[in-house]
Amino acid sequence: MAATITSEADGNLKENSMFLKKTLAAVSPLTLRIVAECPVTKARACDLTLPHSSVSTPVFMPVGTQGTLKGITADQLEGLGCQICLGNTYHLGMRPGPELIEKANGLHGFMNWRRNLLTDSGGFQMVSLVELSEVTEEGVKFKSPYDGKEILLSPEKSISIQNSLGSDIMMQLDDVVSSTVKGPRVEEAMHRSIRWLDRCIAANKHPDKQNLFAIIQGGLDAELRKACLDEMTKRDVPGFAIGGLSGGEEKDDFWRMVTLSTDHLPREKPRYLMGVGYAVDLVVCVALGCDMFDCVFPTRTARFGSALVPWGSLQVKQKQYAKDFQPIDPDCQCPTCKRHSRAYLHALFKSDTAAMHHITIHNIAYQLTLMRSVRQSIVEGRFPEFIQTFMKRMFPSPDQYPNWAVEALASVNVTLE
Amino acid sequence: MAGSRMKLELSKVVQGRCRLGQLKEMGRMGQHCLDIPGCLLYTHLGTVPHLTQDTLHTLSSLPTVTQVTLSNIAEHQDVLEEFKGGFKKFAGLHDTVLYCSLHDSAAQSPTGHTTNKTVSVWGSGGRIELTVAKFMALQRTVQPDWYQTMADGETWQTGISRKRVRKSVDRSLAHLDECLLVHQKSQELDGVSVFGVVEGGDILEERLRSARETAKRPVAGFCLDGFQNGAMDQALRSQLITAVTKELPEDKPRLLQGVGRPDEVLACVEAGVDLFEGFFPFQVTERGCALCFLFDITPDPESAAADEEQHTAGETQPNGDLNCDDQTHMTRFEMDLKDKRYQDDFRPLVEGCGCYCCRNHQRAYVHHLLVTNELLAGVLLMIHNTSHYNSFFRAVREALANDKMDLLRRRVLGTVKEESG
Ligand SMILES: [Zn+2]
Ligand SMILES: [Zn+2]
Repeated sequence: MAATITSEADGNLKENSMFLKKTLAAVSPLTLRIVAECPVTKARACDLTLPHSSVSTPVFMPVGTQGTLKGITADQLEGLGCQICLGNTYHLGMRPGPELIEKANGLHGFMNWRRNLLTDSGGFQMVSLVELSEVTEEGVKFKSPYDGKEILLSPEKSISIQNSLGSDIMMQLDDVVSSTVKGPRVEEAMHRSIRWLDRCIAANKHPDKQNLFAIIQGGLDAELRKACLDEMTKRDVPGFAIGGLSGGEEKDDFWRMVTLSTDHLPREKPRYLMGVGYAVDLVVCVALGCDMFDCVFPTRTARFGSALVPWGSLQVKQKQYAKDFQPIDPDCQCPTCKRHSRAYLHALFKSDTAAMHHITIHNIAYQLTLMRSVRQSIVEGRFPEFIQTFMKRMFPSPDQYPNWAVEALASVNVTLE
Repeated sequence: MAGSRMKLELSKVVQGRCRLGQLKEMGRMGQHCLDIPGCLLYTHLGTVPHLTQDTLHTLSSLPTVTQVTLSNIAEHQDVLEEFKGGFKKFAGLHDTVLYCSLHDSAAQSPTGHTTNKTVSVWGSGGRIELTVAKFMALQRTVQPDWYQTMADGETWQTGISRKRVRKSVDRSLAHLDECLLVHQKSQELDGVSVFGVVEGGDILEERLRSARETAKRPVAGFCLDGFQNGAMDQALRSQLITAVTKELPEDKPRLLQGVGRPDEVLACVEAGVDLFEGFFPFQVTERGCALCFLFDITPDPESAAADEEQHTAGETQPNGDLNCDDQTHMTRFEMDLKDKRYQDDFRPLVEGCGCYCCRNHQRAYVHHLLVTNELLAGVLLMIHNTSHYNSFFRAVREALANDKMDLLRRRVLGTVKEESG
């Protein structure tokens, strides 16, 4: 039944696709309204309207790799105020596969998530997870870890899978090079990513309901990044991601590439900084003008008992918390902190996996609350003061402020006290 | 007297054995009641496995009694002593009756560590030896509403000698007397209910002796121990329980330990058992399965026929074994969601089930979560299985009230169709 409806819709879309491509800007299923801009830094607060619901930025997007978020139900995630989360195209394309998800009314239907979804292109996972992957002009070739079959992930294939998943935001397939690689390979990857962007735009079957974001590449070379920005911003895509960073490069290089990118990205489109999620990085990169972030860290670290707090992190499994009857963070309003003590969670880690779920919920709540406070301070015109307070709480003393953060903030007129 | 508060009100007794009623005035404030036959809420350290309070409370009618085991708690004694507020408060449990048992029926612990004066429990850090003094010190810090006394239940292995069984009865009675002595002197345990433990292995005379002697003591109710899967078959279990419950006072509840399979629950209810531990849905969850057995006996031929059809069409066809003694083995009351045939099955786990999982998700999704080893699989299955099992107990009470136990048994065993022709 569901399958029939989908194929009919596809038929209609094919007929209409010429028309849709020409009027892409008009029908792009995304609007960005800038609510406030920080008068000191490059930070901004926006309302981003997507097909399933609106999103208040700056926003942190939790990662639900395989159509689920580490033991948390869709209702719990919604209860925490999450407006958008991620799914991984590589994993979902392998299992359960795009055909099945399409039959289930897309990833939204399959995991029963009512709000927005963003899917990556699958390329990054392939290069980082699968041995013997090979990049050619055609796409990324690799052997399936499940049945050993050779598979080609082309820009068209990536978009086709993401069309089946039905995400609100899709990412272009890019040619991923480790951020520590230098030389001609970086330039080749940058140019290829531009060519692949054009192929992705052409392959999108649902430009009226799925937004395709371009990914700025160019490694740590300012010239290459600038060239990539110039080319990609000529395309009328609904949004841009800053890619090829947070892969082990020096933080000094990292923030300079971020700020260079936001300097040249159009003001009226969302900017997504990929793979960034540590609290300090988030606050600094909001100041540098980024709107959207994702990272597996807060949920991954929860499984090992690491709870995120305004003063860093707290290792619940450590012996010192066995008799500590306070909540993880006495000021946190999450369901975990409202009911359970560090001591109980410490003990529960020895008995049941629900202990991990408690920390996961707290960590997601921490990330989302942090971003809500950031947004609130931008709206109220006191973001620079927020940064001062945040840094003071995070580090025991100013001489422990990381140098890169001090410099990055100074570049947007915030001098840490 | 110990356990003066808990009251049993029977509304019906079938064939002089099988009881329908309500346990009343439970908890320190006497504000809780529990319908019998009924089951307790199984937990790991006060947490229903895989569930947080949010996911747990998606379930509409939860058992009013939460079970915790000393095997989980004993290693945290020093923490609880420092906390002082009792286990309920420590675990963030509000508005529940707390029952503290000795062992976890879903975890088989090693044998051979019981002495005249001690029993051992196995926690995450290994074996902890309990004397009556330590056992009672634990109860004083846990502050349950109700606990079982210390007992030697090591009678379930095959080939156990009559002498060893007699010793287990003697030891358990001695532990009971010692526990009661300490209990009566402990102000902290004032108003807390005590259940004595009936032992005796598979030897009828020892079972009767244990029951009679325990019944002479001032206990609020009885735990029937040593009947778990692997210890004996259901025919012998039914025979022994029938004989034992005849010796027990009618106005006190009987809790059977270590039995949870639906067909065995029915047989044991008919033998005179009032209460069961709720560990069975957890075991089903751990093997990636969903309970799907039928228990609807409402006289609606149309829906009954539809149920039959669904069953015989092979979609929820049971592929487990009815006569397997291994607790970890799949039974015929569940479906294996890891099975490939569910990968594109977009129906709920059980049609018509009102649990969070069935209202929101499909078999294909749970199958996907299981094959990708995602934690949400355990969460969703535990919600469904707990819900299904609780509904089964409600059906047992309804069947008892309406004299339909035969029909229920046939429905649960899936033999209604054959017998009705
Ligand atoms: Zn919290
Ligand atoms: Zn259900």
